[in-house]
Amino acid sequence: MAEDHRTLTESAADLANRLQDLSERAADLAVQTSDVISQSSAHAQPFIITGLTVFVLACFVGYHVVWRVTPALHSPLMGITNAISSVIVVGAIIALWPASGGFSLMAFLAVVLASVNIFGGFIITRRMLHMFKKKA
Amino acid sequence: MENFAALTYLAAGVLFILALRGLSHPETARQGLTFGMVGMGLAIATTLLLPQVTAYVPIVLAIAIGGGIGAFIANKIDMTALPQLMAGFHSLVGLAAVFVAGAAFNDPEAFNIGTKGDIHLASLIEMSLGLAIGAVTFTGSIIAWGKLQGRISGKPVTFGGQHQLNAFLGVIMLLMIILLCVTGSAVVFWAIALLALALGVLMIIPIGGADMPVIVSMLNSYSGWAAAGIGFTLHNNLLIITGALVGSSGAILSYIMCKGMNRSFLNVILGGFGGEQASASAADMGDRQAKIGAAEDAAWIMKNASKVIIVPGYGMAVAQAQHALREMADILKHEGVDVKYAIHPVAGRMPGHMNVLLAEANVPYDEVFEMEDINREFAQADVAYVIGANDITNPAAKSDSSSPIYGMPVLDVGKAKTVLFVKRSMGSGYAGVDNPLFFEDGTMMLLGDAKKMTEDIIKAMES
Repeated sequence: MAEDHRTLTESAADLANRLQDLSERAADLAVQTSDVISQSSAHAQPFIITGLTVFVLACFVGYHVVWRVTPALHSPLMGITNAISSVIVVGAIIALWPASGGFSLMAFLAVVLASVNIFGGFIITRRMLHMFKKKA
Repeated sequence: MENFAALTYLAAGVLFILALRGLSHPETARQGLTFGMVGMGLAIATTLLLPQVTAYVPIVLAIAIGGGIGAFIANKIDMTALPQLMAGFHSLVGLAAVFVAGAAFNDPEAFNIGTKGDIHLASLIEMSLGLAIGAVTFTGSIIAWGKLQGRISGKPVTFGGQHQLNAFLGVIMLLMIILLCVTGSAVVFWAIALLALALGVLMIIPIGGADMPVIVSMLNSYSGWAAAGIGFTLHNNLLIITGALVGSSGAILSYIMCKGMNRSFLNVILGGFGGEQASASAADMGDRQAKIGAAEDAAWIMKNASKVIIVPGYGMAVAQAQHALREMADILKHEGVDVKYAIHPVAGRMPGHMNVLLAEANVPYDEVFEMEDINREFAQADVAYVIGANDITNPAAKSDSSSPIYGMPVLDVGKAKTVLFVKRSMGSGYAGVDNPLFFEDGTMMLLGDAKKMTEDIIKAMES
């Protein structure tokens, strides 16, 4: 019985040792990962560079696409660009009820205004384009 | 999830590009519009699926309110009111940009750009740019709307030291943006907004009514740049792509409009054009008599012509004469007359304004030609029917180097055998320049309201 008892305490101690070992290794690993992460984020570009790359390329795409728009459709072009520039609604939706703070009235109003534009812009463009149907 | 969202945002961006691409021809335009709507739906759906977005009730409520208002307005509005509608819509994008910038400033954690009172420097710069451009777009568009709607005088409002004041305010604003970056103070943030709002008003009031095509395009462009600025702040590539597309689109339209008037962008922006200058040439044609005709004369001339080119201008839009005009053209076509329409790039109050109005009146788009495509044909035309246009036909732009519109490309209506001018009075056009064409032998003036006169001509043709 006493022997059993000893083996039990021994194995408990053994287990504890192993656990400590494991936790040490885990801590080590955690340090290493955070090292790797900080290294990689030091290597990653700040967003402004990525953003500028996207921005400049999109300007070129816009330039070439818009020059191909037929002058007869310049009004619908304005309608569409007006509607899609309201994609700003994406930012407003995220800001509407952030986890940190409560309801944001400004973001709510921004969603309303952008939605006026999205619906208004697309509908007025559809009305215009409907008139440009080929007539017999 | 973040990667998934980035990919669907990219897809939305591509759909927006395809939407603009579709506008290269009327046949593909409606497909382009569908791409645009799908892209927008995709962008909004992706945003709603983001883990940090949980407040569905206020979001759906806001979209329903805004969407309802937008749909109501867009369905009800008259096509002639299109320019002011566009200006009004641009103002909303501007204000939305101001609000989003404000929301991001108040709650930077939501966008991962720092903590309240300690926002990353780059984000502060981008935020203040989005804020300033948005605010300028907002008030500038409201003034443009007022001028187009007739709520504010279309005449340029100028005062001494105006440009100096604007430049001074611009410099102050730059300093404030630097101050904001240093202090991160909320007071400075809203002071920038107020300053930009004032600047928007001051920038647009000196600009006259007929320069509005440039201004509406420019504000279109600004609304894009504001969206791009917000995209940089929120680290969102879709906003940057879309902002860049819209910004460059508006810039190109402004450029085309400026070229159509042979004026530099700066010259338009500085404003004051179309005031009292340039009445010098009026005196030397004061003793010449213009031939004034009646609707019956015009009807007879056109029925016996073999080719008629119609030149519409803003006056047609004001009088809502497009439907009567198409009826008249139908009668002429029935008589075997070849009828075409010639559109000057700056005719009307926004790019493509005349094309939309003619399309509204069911004029087939393949009868409507741009200036460079039809200008040579005036020499073979028997009649040029100029309705509600003046400056865009003025030959002084080619011959008189002292004229304020010298160098502006014009439609060569004078080369047609007969020019019929439908005008309310013998007065000069917007630019304040006399049109020597009124006094040519081949010109007949039809004085009266554009719609009434065209209807009288139709009656005379039918009898």
